[in-house]
Amino acid sequence: MTAARPIPPSATPPLVRLTGITKRFGPVTVLHNVQLEIAPGEVHVLAGENGAGKSTLIKILAGIHTDFEGRIEYGGREARPRSPLEAGALGVAVIHQELSLIGPMSVADNIFLGRMPTRNGFVCDARQHEEARHWVRQLGLELDVRRPVEHFPIAVQQLIEIAKALSQNARVLVMDEPTSALNATEVETLFGLIRSLKARGCGIVYITHKMEEIGRIADRITVLRDGEWVGTAPAQDLSSARFIQWMVGRELGQQFPRRAPQPGAERLRLENVSVYPEGIAARPAAANISLAVRAGEILGIGGLQGSGASQLLLGLFGAYGRATRGRVLLDGQVMEFTTPRAAINAGLVLLTNDRKATGLVLSLSIIANATLAGLRELTRAGWRNPTAERAAAERTTGQVKLRAASLDLEVGALSGGNQQKVAIAKWLQTRPKVLLLDEPTRGIDVGAKREIYQLMDEWTAQGMAIVLITSEMPELITLSDRIVVMHRGELTATFTRAQATPETILAAAMGHTTASTITKAS
Amino acid sequence: MNESSPIQTRNRFVQFGSSPAGRAFLALLLMLLVGTLFNADGAFFKIGTHRDALRQASVYGILACGSTLVIITAGIDLAVGSVLALVAVCCSMMAIHWGWSGWLVVPVCLLVGCASGGLAGVVTARLRVQPFIATLALMVLARGAAKYASGGMKVSTAVKNASGGYDYVDVPALFRLVDTRILGGNLSVVTVIFLICLALAWLALSKHSWGRHLYAIGGNEEAARLSGVPVVWAKTLAYVASGMLSAVAGICQAAQEQQGDPEAGVGYELMAIAMVVIGGTSLMGGRGGMGLTLLGVLTIGYLDKILSINAVPEAGRLMLTGIIIVTAVLTQQRKRT
Repeated sequence: MTAARPIPPSATPPLVRLTGITKRFGPVTVLHNVQLEIAPGEVHVLAGENGAGKSTLIKILAGIHTDFEGRIEYGGREARPRSPLEAGALGVAVIHQELSLIGPMSVADNIFLGRMPTRNGFVCDARQHEEARHWVRQLGLELDVRRPVEHFPIAVQQLIEIAKALSQNARVLVMDEPTSALNATEVETLFGLIRSLKARGCGIVYITHKMEEIGRIADRITVLRDGEWVGTAPAQDLSSARFIQWMVGRELGQQFPRRAPQPGAERLRLENVSVYPEGIAARPAAANISLAVRAGEILGIGGLQGSGASQLLLGLFGAYGRATRGRVLLDGQVMEFTTPRAAINAGLVLLTNDRKATGLVLSLSIIANATLAGLRELTRAGWRNPTAERAAAERTTGQVKLRAASLDLEVGALSGGNQQKVAIAKWLQTRPKVLLLDEPTRGIDVGAKREIYQLMDEWTAQGMAIVLITSEMPELITLSDRIVVMHRGELTATFTRAQATPETILAAAMGHTTASTITKAS
Repeated sequence: MNESSPIQTRNRFVQFGSSPAGRAFLALLLMLLVGTLFNADGAFFKIGTHRDALRQASVYGILACGSTLVIITAGIDLAVGSVLALVAVCCSMMAIHWGWSGWLVVPVCLLVGCASGGLAGVVTARLRVQPFIATLALMVLARGAAKYASGGMKVSTAVKNASGGYDYVDVPALFRLVDTRILGGNLSVVTVIFLICLALAWLALSKHSWGRHLYAIGGNEEAARLSGVPVVWAKTLAYVASGMLSAVAGICQAAQEQQGDPEAGVGYELMAIAMVVIGGTSLMGGRGGMGLTLLGVLTIGYLDKILSINAVPEAGRLMLTGIIIVTAVLTQQRKRT
């Protein structure tokens, strides 16, 4: 729909310019005639649905994919990096979603990995520490560079990775969803750092799925769709409606199609539930939580990283064994789930927040994954029935509108959104009464998100109760019928949908108790 | 349509060649080709050669079946060789010295194997000790038990009598039954036992929900647990099955040697693992299968036979086997894209 327009010229010559980039994997063209340029001192957001070709483009820029058509200019000179090392020498550093630090090694060792200062072949520890300290201080961090990186929180590790990039004289930093593991304060620190990097004349390519972040830090935005360049525009000129249209190629009528809820009988009730993932002696991750969810209702749990909401759901689901205290009632009956199996059998299921680590078996087929939780009812005396499994998987993946060439594909080969749909299909097969959803739309594209919202709406209409954890504020506010907020393991507020505003929720999530604070049972 | 069909056929061929099954199959074909080239004056074309190759590979093959189950859960079982020796000793004592009937000896032997495997299973699955360490400990423990039970001597048909001399007793019926041939002498009974074990293990792995659970555990144990898969139980059972198959192999070994040697089976665990890996089952867990293991067993079995009919001395044979295992596994490695 969009003809290839020339990129609006930037004031200064770009640090890096990619033009006419085409990349094929076998017969599949994943990038077609794509362009991107990064100017000094700008944050250039690279956006697009999953599978749009963002990662491939970044890998070409970073010298990971070396077999492509097109032209890359670094500071006006054409070059073709043949390895990440060469790309690094050209001034490009990538901060990957999965950090590339080596946990047990010290901060200094990590920063100078592969190029440590040596004398006669021996590492000069003193000099390495001094230089490492210098780079870490540049980021406003004060930390002992001799300690192993794994002793630091993820947010700090990310900063260490940035320090590593700066120490390599990187002019262009690529950040692939850098905030996905950070809490609100840490995000602020990162944004502050990005501002100071801009001031030094670094160019930043920033990949994110979070609208809010785009609005806050983007200077220019480039959108890819299905491997094609859709457009590049200064952030202030691109309205969010137009931006979404660029991403999905169609106008989204309404982002959240939630109908008015018709709450029925009470499905799930928690009375003074505490969860102790690290043992009864340790501090509970969630303490004295009391709440209730009715049939046909979506209860949203808001909170920042470390609120304990995920652990609360895991504890409810029996994932921690006997580490849960308090009373849990399902349909009015007192329940005690010490294994996930017990919870599943009772009709309580949990979609975990990390589908790759805890949700799916990536090496198995869609069918195997979609029938993993409810395999028993498809077997006779334990003997499997492939026909019944295929039929069940067809039914449930059809319900979630999974798009895959074949149900025999390995789940690892699917896009993020389709993987999430398989994880959901697995739970649909068990016919749950209560769905616990922990970040159901994390890392998936706008189209798939919308489909998942629609599904949640349908399920509640069928009488399911849903508990939803999400770190995206608009999602929390528009989907939830009621919202409770947790802060450091405790409930700090409950809101109806009408009462909830981003400001009040954020205040409660940061520990301010408001007038609508529920009275905690003692 | 007409134009695309030969391309599709070629693609399908290439696809097969790049799948683990295809590569294991090609390795076996290559091995057979080597056999026809170095046929030792036609010895390779005699049916007896193939019968013996299969017979000699059968004990390893039975162990490899159990190892496949364990390796698919991303575990490893190093104890199979020692359990084999322990069972061979127990079996010989019961059958030769005590003159028990085969109907009693076999169940007791299987029980010994299950108990050993169960021990390894509980220590790994329940107590969460790394499988390598747990089965290494069991390997040493079972070897010790075999030596303890036998008094460090081979348990043979020469039985010490009260006056210090030796009485020779008949070879027990069980041993004669296992160490015989059927189909006009063209197929060894141990090979039949191996094929039965393989078929049962294949049924369990590919047709039973337990097998699906093993794949899920090997692929992503935490996701399997949170999907309600009985992880501890399924994993323990894999080690129990491996122990039981070691016991079957132990009975076969005792029958073939007509004695229970507490030193038997040294290094067999590594041969079994090599067979599984050459077949293409991943040591990382979650991928593989019994069919692949059969290909791996045949490849190594034939390698051994081809080297022996060509009178390659043992030193050379061992070195060549090592080189070929590495080569085969290198070609099995999944290409990263």
